[in-house]
Amino acid sequence: MTDWLTPQEWQAVALSLKVSTVAVLASLPFGIFIAYALARWRFPGHGLLNGLVHLPLVLPPVVTGYLLLLTFGRRGSVGQFLDQWFGIVFAFRWTGAVLAAAIMAFPLLVRAIRLAIEAVDPKLEQAASTLGASRLWVFATVTLPLIIPGILAGMVLAFAKAMGEFGATITFVSNIPGQTQTLPSAIYAFLQVPGGESSAGRLVLIAVAVAMGALFLSEGIARAVARRIRGG
Amino acid sequence: MLSVDIRHHFPGFELDARLDAPAGLTALFGQSGSGKTTIVNAVAGLMRPDAGRIKVGGTTLSDSNTRTFLAPHRRGIGYVFQDARLFPHLTVRQNLLYGRWFGKSRTDTIDFARIIELLGIGHLLTRRPGALSGGERQRVALGRAMLSRPRMLLMDEPLAALDEARKAEIMPYLERLRDETRLPILYVTHSPAEVARLATTVALIRDGRITASGPAAQILSDPATAPLLGLREAGAILTARVAGQEDGLTRVDSAAGPLWLARTDLPQGRDLRLRILAQDVMLALQRPEGISALNILAASVRDLTATDGGILVRLDAGPEVILSRITTRSANALALAPGKPVYAVLKTVSVAPGSIGMSES
Repeated sequence: MTDWLTPQEWQAVALSLKVSTVAVLASLPFGIFIAYALARWRFPGHGLLNGLVHLPLVLPPVVTGYLLLLTFGRRGSVGQFLDQWFGIVFAFRWTGAVLAAAIMAFPLLVRAIRLAIEAVDPKLEQAASTLGASRLWVFATVTLPLIIPGILAGMVLAFAKAMGEFGATITFVSNIPGQTQTLPSAIYAFLQVPGGESSAGRLVLIAVAVAMGALFLSEGIARAVARRIRGG
Repeated sequence: MLSVDIRHHFPGFELDARLDAPAGLTALFGQSGSGKTTIVNAVAGLMRPDAGRIKVGGTTLSDSNTRTFLAPHRRGIGYVFQDARLFPHLTVRQNLLYGRWFGKSRTDTIDFARIIELLGIGHLLTRRPGALSGGERQRVALGRAMLSRPRMLLMDEPLAALDEARKAEIMPYLERLRDETRLPILYVTHSPAEVARLATTVALIRDGRITASGPAAQILSDPATAPLLGLREAGAILTARVAGQEDGLTRVDSAAGPLWLARTDLPQGRDLRLRILAQDVMLALQRPEGISALNILAASVRDLTATDGGILVRLDAGPEVILSRITTRSANALALAPGKPVYAVLKTVSVAPGSIGMSES
């Protein structure tokens, strides 16, 4: 593609961007829903759900990857079901890398959004309901606009986490160039062969640039939103 | 017309309230912790009482017998909170129009332009709530509640968070709202001054029970209930009709006798309610001569009620009742007793809440 990246390096960068973007966007609706449930509802199993969401944060990534392999692999119960009924295969595919990245990034996504929801005054939501808005409308017109900075922050964190995901990905979907070799996997692979340092170095620079860019972007958006709300 | 009959148990507190709020502004008066806000929240549907029934007009909002409980957004009840609760991410205009959109099905009784004009918020429309003063915010909150086309309005101490200057700024808007719209308003307050100025009906609440309720004129002039609101606000309300303008004053005729008002903007023939504070009424045994007070009425003592540091004297002035608050020393010096003829010297006479609305109906 470009002359300063070899095709294999470029493949890894493109795949990582694709995997991370899809992982964040696909998990976002679930993240918002679970964050809302954890922040606003009291139900049996509240603590269990909270623990489950945070599990990937505290488990060794290799363990998470292995558990994914057991559940979503071709022989795994869920994996078989999805394959038979929907033709969705995760094992050793880029979709598997998306799943691994999404699961690993999920706690960060949920945490950021949950904090934002908890910062929204429920009294505002009450006021909206007395003005005729049903629960869903209250969420769409009051809660959601007010938590957008939190959602953006969560998305950026999750994106950065997904870009850097290594342990669970390599355990679950291995390290197949062009299929499942993401940026960290590629860096790892290049470091295993003599003379691979320059390739690894270029990829490291890209990883740093992407992460910093994402961070600045989210800061900028969050600040613009806050300014809008504060008035003028 | 709102009718409430609810019971609710809180740890260490029992609410058992029966309340009827007719058209006009019903003040729910009591100290903090007496259960005022609970009643209002139950009417709005923000809390579900253990037992009882709430109806507005012909609609049942909640009834524990039939397990009816209408969700807040289906009740069509405007709520003005103490802390405005404007949506910070929307402009003033968007805030105002928020409820209008959901209330589409209801008939349009209140026009956007008219509310803007009534509340004097036209210059704020493009701003965001963060850039408004406390008084402006509360006016926008009022407009927002009214524009949702409610069946009635609830106001939970809408002035409590404001300083005196801001209160004075909003009071006239509340009076106009009360007089120019036909919406029943349930107004929670612990301020006797607000009750006296705004209320057409008063309900007194204490420890979760309504201890007295009735027309404001009656509650404020009854020696049994007036002290509960604070003696400063105790006073009588007279009905009168404008007779004409003379010497920059308005002459009105009441059943107690003719009176002079320091206003000139009242058309002849209009019916008024006049408010005479007990502390503004002096008593004399002979008709005073050479005195600057314009309004002197012949009356006779009906009864005497001892209050903190004084005596509340109820007087019959023709068919009307007037209250006077005097010291125990004066009462003894005048040898006041039921049936004794006296002259009431009125220092101030003002037009009472709701009198404009009354004359139009």
